[in-house]
Amino acid sequence: MYHEILIAGFGGQGVMLMGQMLAYAGMKRDLNVSWIPSYGPEQRGGTANCGVVLSTEPVGSPVVTEPSDCAVMNLPSLTKFEPAVTPSGYLYVNTSLCPDEVTRDDIKVVRVAATEEADAMGNARVANMIMLGAMMGGLEGLPFEVMEEVLPDVLPERHHGLIPVNLKALARGREIFESAE
Amino acid sequence: MSERQLQMVKGNEAVAEAAVRAGCRHFFGYPITPQNELPEYMSGRMPEVGGTFLQAESEVAAINMVYGAAGAGVRVMTSSSSPGISLKQEGISYIAGAELPCVIVNMVRGGPGLGSIQPAQSDYFQSTKGGGHGDYRMVVLGPATLQEMVDLTYEAFDIADRYRNPVMILGDGVIGQMMEPVRFPDLMDPDTLPTKEWATKGRRDREELNLINSLYLDPDACWAHNQHLARKYAEMQENEVRYEVVHGDAEYFLVAYGTTARIARRSMTDLRERGYDVGLVRPISLWPFPEKAFRDLADRARGYLAVEMSLGQMVEDVRLSVDSSVPVAFYGTAGGVMPHHADITQQMEDLIRGTGDDR
Repeated sequence: MYHEILIAGFGGQGVMLMGQMLAYAGMKRDLNVSWIPSYGPEQRGGTANCGVVLSTEPVGSPVVTEPSDCAVMNLPSLTKFEPAVTPSGYLYVNTSLCPDEVTRDDIKVVRVAATEEADAMGNARVANMIMLGAMMGGLEGLPFEVMEEVLPDVLPERHHGLIPVNLKALARGREIFESAE
Repeated sequence: MSERQLQMVKGNEAVAEAAVRAGCRHFFGYPITPQNELPEYMSGRMPEVGGTFLQAESEVAAINMVYGAAGAGVRVMTSSSSPGISLKQEGISYIAGAELPCVIVNMVRGGPGLGSIQPAQSDYFQSTKGGGHGDYRMVVLGPATLQEMVDLTYEAFDIADRYRNPVMILGDGVIGQMMEPVRFPDLMDPDTLPTKEWATKGRRDREELNLINSLYLDPDACWAHNQHLARKYAEMQENEVRYEVVHGDAEYFLVAYGTTARIARRSMTDLRERGYDVGLVRPISLWPFPEKAFRDLADRARGYLAVEMSLGQMVEDVRLSVDSSVPVAFYGTAGGVMPHHADITQQMEDLIRGTGDDR
């Protein structure tokens, strides 16, 4: 198993946290894991992405250029990374912010209206968790329950009251993945 | 027990915490990407452990503060990235000349000049061949994982103290920016370390005056000092060689250090799955260079491919270490571009085919 995961969006959507949660989850399940942010002369409102490797083998480059699993949270990210996904890999699209259709037919596309779903749940900020829940559907070796252990580690203690809403959002994402399969 | 738990940490922060655990209580630096999380972490951590964090007015000032603190006998560190390390070279030469222990971290970025802020390994020559003036050497350690970087940083302070010499941790933008699980060693109390009798922190009731200096105006005295240094460097070459060989029974070997070794290892796995007899030599100490690894393989190795994020620097040491009849090929990317494992695999296939191994 060697998953190369890329998560992209704009600054503030929580894409770095999504990646870190996957890395923590892998660590808790004894996988080899790495996480790396894109870094550069970034500007506010610009695109942000991170790469995560989850593997039973030692991790090679932590930088992900050809993701087997890719989530795009906005349209510029879809445009940029759709061509990069490996054939038969997963592309998770936040359809709320990506009006354009995916053109490739050699990859598995999972459409998640993450932003709208989050609004419907009454908390626009959990769009990233809905997307993450969907992504976990495609990651074998990473049971969904592990996120119950991860959230207390990644959220500062003062935000532990938000764990239930985050778990609910993750579960909603999981449902969306399962109904898309 | 909680001290030894696996933690997800960013590389730059991991080096900083490892230094604190090793008893480092003084840090002097100046900001530069891609190592800014290191001084940032130190700025919060040093006050917690009763240490000193100081953001200097320049790299030149920072390295000279390191010189001063090291002279006073405390464990001290500075960090920077390529252009900043260039500015520190004069100070590093002085520290080596004055025989003072310190640890210097270089998270290498693309060069030359201001270059880029992405990862590179193009400071190998500068680090291992003496970036400053004069005949000096320092131990240069090139970790490939965050755990190794933590362990080597912790050990670097001991090595520096043992030889009274600067030690460099040579990382790159990727190893500084990435997160990986690590276990930290226990927190050491610097008060439990052996007293440095040579430190200049007041004469008190000692007979002799302690003097720290790198100026020897009499050439014979300077020659004697250089001979003394040469004996010390020979001792380091004897005792401080570190490397890893994977599949030492192979016929062909990839040679890479640091981040590039991670990528080369993946190529090695791909090549072996396709039936090629390929192993990996991973230098960990870049100076002293692990010539022994190559001597031990001399009977069986039919070819080497050195891979670096540079235009070819470590490959020169590989060529000096192997029999000239064995081909040593090179593949590299520079300026902040990382090599792709599939390209390394292709280069190795070309090398194996070119030496008549038909498959």
